This record gives sequence, C-alpha cells and structure tokens, in this order.
Amino acid sequence: MPNSIQLSYRKSSWWKLNQQRLTPFIFLAPGLLLFIVYVIWPIFNSLYISLLQWDGLSPAIFVGISNYVELLDDEYFYISLMNNLKWLIFFMLAVPIGLGLAIFLNQTIFGIRLIKSLFFFPFVISQVVIGIIFAWFYNPRGVIGPFLEYIGLGNYAILADENFATYGIIFAGIYPQIAYCMILYLTGLNNLNTDQIEAGRMDGAKGFSLFRNIILPQLRPATFLAIVVTVIGSLRSFDMVAIMTQGGPWGSTNVLAYYMFETALSEYGYRMGYGSAIAAVLFTIMMFYILFFIYRMYQSEKKGL
Amino acid sequence: MFPIPIQKRPLINQISYKILIPISLLIWLVPLIGIMLTSIRGLGDISQGNLWGVPSEFLLFSNLKDVFTNTPMISYIINSFKITIPTMIGAVALSCMTGFALASYKFKANLFIFFTFIAGNFVPFQILMIPVRDLTFQMGLYDTVTGLVLFHVAFQTGFCTLFMRNFIKALPSELFEAARMDGTSEFNIFLKIVLPLTRPAIAALCVLIFTFIWNDFFWATVLIQGHHAMPITAGLKSLNGQWISAYHLLSAGSIMAAIPPVIMFFLMQKHFIAGLTLGASKG
Repeated sequence: MPNSIQLSYRKSSWWKLNQQRLTPFIFLAPGLLLFIVYVIWPIFNSLYISLLQWDGLSPAIFVGISNYVELLDDEYFYISLMNNLKWLIFFMLAVPIGLGLAIFLNQTIFGIRLIKSLFFFPFVISQVVIGIIFAWFYNPRGVIGPFLEYIGLGNYAILADENFATYGIIFAGIYPQIAYCMILYLTGLNNLNTDQIEAGRMDGAKGFSLFRNIILPQLRPATFLAIVVTVIGSLRSFDMVAIMTQGGPWGSTNVLAYYMFETALSEYGYRMGYGSAIAAVLFTIMMFYILFFIYRMYQSEKKGL
Repeated sequence: MFPIPIQKRPLINQISYKILIPISLLIWLVPLIGIMLTSIRGLGDISQGNLWGVPSEFLLFSNLKDVFTNTPMISYIINSFKITIPTMIGAVALSCMTGFALASYKFKANLFIFFTFIAGNFVPFQILMIPVRDLTFQMGLYDTVTGLVLFHVAFQTGFCTLFMRNFIKALPSELFEAARMDGTSEFNIFLKIVLPLTRPAIAALCVLIFTFIWNDFFWATVLIQGHHAMPITAGLKSLNGQWISAYHLLSAGSIMAAIPPVIMFFLMQKHFIAGLTLGASKG
C-alpha cells in the first residue's frame, strides 16, 4: 500500500513539474496532425506528382520537369494564365466599389441595419447560385439578350462570345466580392477615431481632402484585409467558371484553377502529373501573397510581444 | 463620424438620400429578385419572356413540389446538413484546443506552427486536390460524407486556429496566472476559464464555417460522385445540366440552397460580421 501511494505521488509530481511544458503539445496534437495529413503533406506530394506521368491507376513514370516543359508550349495554359490576370485586375475593382458602398451606407437612419444586411446578401449565398443566376441573365432567352433585342440592338449572348465571356463571368464573380469588401469597410468606418476627424474638420479639411488625408490612412487595416481576400478570391475563381461555362467556348474562359481540374479529372483524361504542374504554378503565384501576408503578421506579432 | 451624418445636411439631401437608398438596394438585388420572381412563375411566363412583369400564375408551391418529387433535392439538402454540421463541430472543437495552445504557452515552435496554419489556410485547393482525393480513396472514404467531412475539418482548422488563437491571446492573461497560482491544472484552466470566455468566438466561427461549408462546391465535386452523398451545391450543378431552360425549377432549387445560410446569417448577424471582419479595425 505505501508503495503504490508513493508511486502515484511520484507520477503526479512528474506530471506537475512538466504539465506546463507538455500541455500545449497535447492540445495541439489532434488538430495539427489532421492539418498536416490533409493540407501540408499534400502540398509536397503534389509538387512531387508534378514530376510524374501518371493516370492515377497504372504505375507512375518519373519524367522530371517535362510536364513543365510541356506547359510552356500549351496554348490553353497561356489563355488560363491571362484570364487569371484579368480576374485579378478586374476583381480589384471590388475594393473601391465596396468602399464607396460602405461610405454611402454609413448613416444612421431608420432601418439602416436591415438595409446593410440586405446589401451583404450576395456574399452569404453560394457562388453556385450566383453563377446560375448570372448564366440565366446572360442566356439569349434569359434577361439581357431579350432586353437588347427589345431596344433594337439585336440579341447577344456574352458567354458564347470567346472574346468577352470571361468578363461576363468576372462580373458575376465580383458581385459577392463587393459585398465582402463593403462589410470590411463598414467595420473600419465604425471604428474611426472621431477626434482626428473633428480636428481635421476644424483645420478646414473637407470632402475629398478629408477623406484622403484623414479617413483613408485610418482605414488601412480594412484596405489591407480587403485586398488580401480579393486577391485570394480572384485566384480561387473555380466555382463560377465551372457553373457558367466550364471553360468554354473553346477554352476561352479557362483559369488555372479550372484548367487544372479539367486536366486531372475530366475531359482531357486523367493526367495527374500535368494537372499537378498547373497547380504548382498556381501555388507559386499564391505563395507570394501568402508570404507577404505572413510577413505582415509576423511584424505585428513582434510589435505585440 | 464619416461621412457627415445625413441629419446635419439640408433637408433636400436628407430626402434624396432616403429615396436613393431603397432604389439602390433594389438595383443591387436585381439578380436575387429576378430569381425569386422566376421561382413563382410557370413555364408559360418563361417561354413568353414575361420575366419582370407580374407573374400570370403563382406557382411557387407547385414548382417546389416539382423539384422535390422529381429530383433528389431532399437528399441533397440532408447531405448538406450531414456535411456541414459535423464539420462545424469538429473544426471548432479542434481549433479551441490548438488556439488555446498557441495563445497561452510559450515554446520554441509556437510561431512557426501558427504561421503554418495560416499559410495552409490560403493555399489554392488545386495543389491539394490529387493527394487528398487519393488519400480518401485509400481510406475507402471516396464518395462518402465522412470522407468529405474529414477533409473539411482538417482544412477549416487552419482558419479557425488563426481566429481562436488571436481571440484567446486578447484575453487578460492575469486570469490564467491567478488560476495557476491557485493550483488549477492546465486542463481545468482550458475547460473552466478559457472555454466559457471564448463563447462569442465559438459562435462567430460556427456561423462562418456553416456558411463556408454549405456553399462549398469544389470539394464536393472532387470527393463525391453519386447522388447519395452529394450536397446541394453539387446537386444544383447537375440539375443545371438537365434543366436547360426550365429556369422556374432551377430558381426554386437555388432558393432552397440559399435559404439555410441566409437564415443562419440573419440569426447570428452580429457574430457573422464580427468573424468576417476580424482585423479590419486594428492593425
């Protein structure tokens, strides 16, 4: 009996001594393990697969960088890359438009809360639904076509026009993104430092100069966040393309995210290696933003410590 | 306050502002109003091009009945719940733990692990697609709700950890110190002090994850093939292919897909916005 008491005492004192050191790892283990298995390891695995020729079933053949060499001559790859660039550039419009909307709505009148949430609606709804709605709008028998016909401009289907289809999709994609930016800026406007604004007004700052010199600097955190989520949103432009055109007509609306999917899992056969090479390019582009974001966070962490 | 409160402006501005607000709201919501109107219409209106006028018949219920009886819509909706709710619980539970570990203990790899979670959270899905699909195959979970949930939980843990860690970090650390002095074990600090205080963060994460996962389309396409496990987003996409020009049915289906996140948003609006705008007001 005394022995076992001593033992448990010793055990608990060992635990007492070390519990502060061990607890974080016990708490981290399940989440971190799952995250490594499903997110971190697959990144490296994909980079490796991009060096293979593999259909997912038969044995893979190591082919070195030849998938990347093939990319250099792939017309569709360039189309996708260009479209990604268009997405990125036009998506950025969501930031100023969102800011404009936020300023427009930042008042206290009766029912403004409800109005703000109604403006926010498009972001809550699935992109699949937004895509279906806009595809219908653009359809020759939908909304815009018949309208153009009615005013005598002749029917026109933007999604069937290889020169403009991408812009039609971007327009649909930007709609919920504006709502997101708007809500970020509404929060930013809500937390403005009133003293500074009043002081600025005392000094005679008005209208645009007040906005530029006093408001905008204070909105920097909101702007930063709006840009980060917009860039990421633009590079993740998969859903809209999949719903509205599936990359067509003739591959003209492909973006890297969709082209990769198509290469690896559908029409073009199961080219896992080639698909992974496309994904690796997309990943590299995104990595710049991720590193930039992390650098920013690291700076503020250092300040915080 | 910026801009100047409208009440301090001339009366004419106030009136025009109050007129402008509903008009701009109407224009902004045209796509959504269009789909709601269409879900009421019958095939007659659609083929005659009566899209914005008064519907000649009110067929919302018959359209919904059509959708529910002729498609696996009920099963899609149930699957969406079966995917969304376990993911929500799993990711939030795991991230309470990881967030607590990263926020309240100093150890060497702390920042490195934290940044790993953040970085992983932003990677494009395509770089994960093939290995995750393979892994799910090998575990025998391809084309099952479980397989999809496991991935979602893992991926969302990244975002949730970022959120939770920052939230717990902002709590006054004296609370933990005092409890430690009193001899409270670390587990009890987590259970009795941290968890109750993180309730607002848990609520915010729950609504956000619910919306994200409910609206997920990509992973549902990659990891699910059959109608038995398909959530509503992927289901709508497949109906979209079958129902060319049956827009009244497609609209009714789309509305079914939109309702749950919209309700969630309205019920938990404050938490939802607090979650989304985390960091928008401070550096």
